[in-house]
Amino acid sequence: MRVVLVLAVLILGSTGGEIAITHGMKSAGEPERLRPRALVQFLGRALRNGWFWAGIPLMALSFYSLLVLLSWEPISLVIPASALSYVVGTIGAKYILREDVSLARWVGVLLVCAGVALVAAG
Amino acid sequence: MASERRLRIKTLVMVFSMVVCANAGDLLLKRGMSEIGPVQLTIRGIAEAFRLIVTSGTVWAAILFLTGFLVSYMTVLSWADYSYVMPAGAFGYAVLTFLAVIFLHESVSPRRWFGVLLICVGVLLVGQTKPRTTEVPSEAAA
Repeated sequence: MRVVLVLAVLILGSTGGEIAITHGMKSAGEPERLRPRALVQFLGRALRNGWFWAGIPLMALSFYSLLVLLSWEPISLVIPASALSYVVGTIGAKYILREDVSLARWVGVLLVCAGVALVAAG
Repeated sequence: MASERRLRIKTLVMVFSMVVCANAGDLLLKRGMSEIGPVQLTIRGIAEAFRLIVTSGTVWAAILFLTGFLVSYMTVLSWADYSYVMPAGAFGYAVLTFLAVIFLHESVSPRRWFGVLLICVGVLLVGQTKPRTTEVPSEAAA
C-alpha cells in the first residue's frame, strides 16, 4: 500500500510540476528567434513566472519519492511503474492545458509508455 | 503551411537537442562520479566529495549538457504541446540502447529490443501529429 501511495506522489508530482512549468513557459511567450540573446531574454521572462516556481517544488517532491521508492523496490519495478506518468501527463495536458490530443497521439503515448516499461524492465 | 513546417522543424530540432543533452549529461555525470569514487556519508567525506566534484572537468561538462537540456526543454514548451514533447523525449531510451550496443558492446534482451521498437513507433506516431494545438502568445505580445 505504501508503495502505491508513494508511486502516486511520484507520478502526480512529476506530472503536476511539468504541467505548471509548461503553463509558465506558454505564459512567458516563445522566443522570436533561436538566437542566444533572444533565448536569454526568454529565460529571464520564464524565471520571473510564478508557474515555473510552482512547478519546481512538485518536481523536487517527485524526485524525492523516486529516491524513496528506489530504496524499497528494485529499479526494474520502479521505472516501468513510473512510465504511467506518460498516460497521466497526457490526461493532464488534455484537461488542464486544453491540448487537442488526437487518437494518433493517444496511441503513440500508449506505445511509448509500454516501450519505456519494457526497456526499463530489461 | 510554411509556418507549420517551420514549427515542426524547430520543434524536432529542440527535441533532438533535449535528447542529446540529457543523454550526454547523464553519461558524463556517471563517468565523473565514477572517477571521484564512492562518497563517504560523513561530514568530512561529503566535504571532500564536494571539493572533488567542483574541481572535476567531467562533472562541469555534465552540468553544461544538463543545463542545455533544461534550456531546450523550457524553450520548446513555450510553443509546443506538452503531450507532444513528453513522449517524443522518450526517444532517448532508444538512443541509449543503440549507444550501449555500439560503443559498450552490451547484450540487449529481446524484450528490451521490443520495447525500443514500441518507443520508435510511438514517437513516429506522435511526431505525425500537430506540435501545437493551443494558442500561444508571441514574444511581442508577452
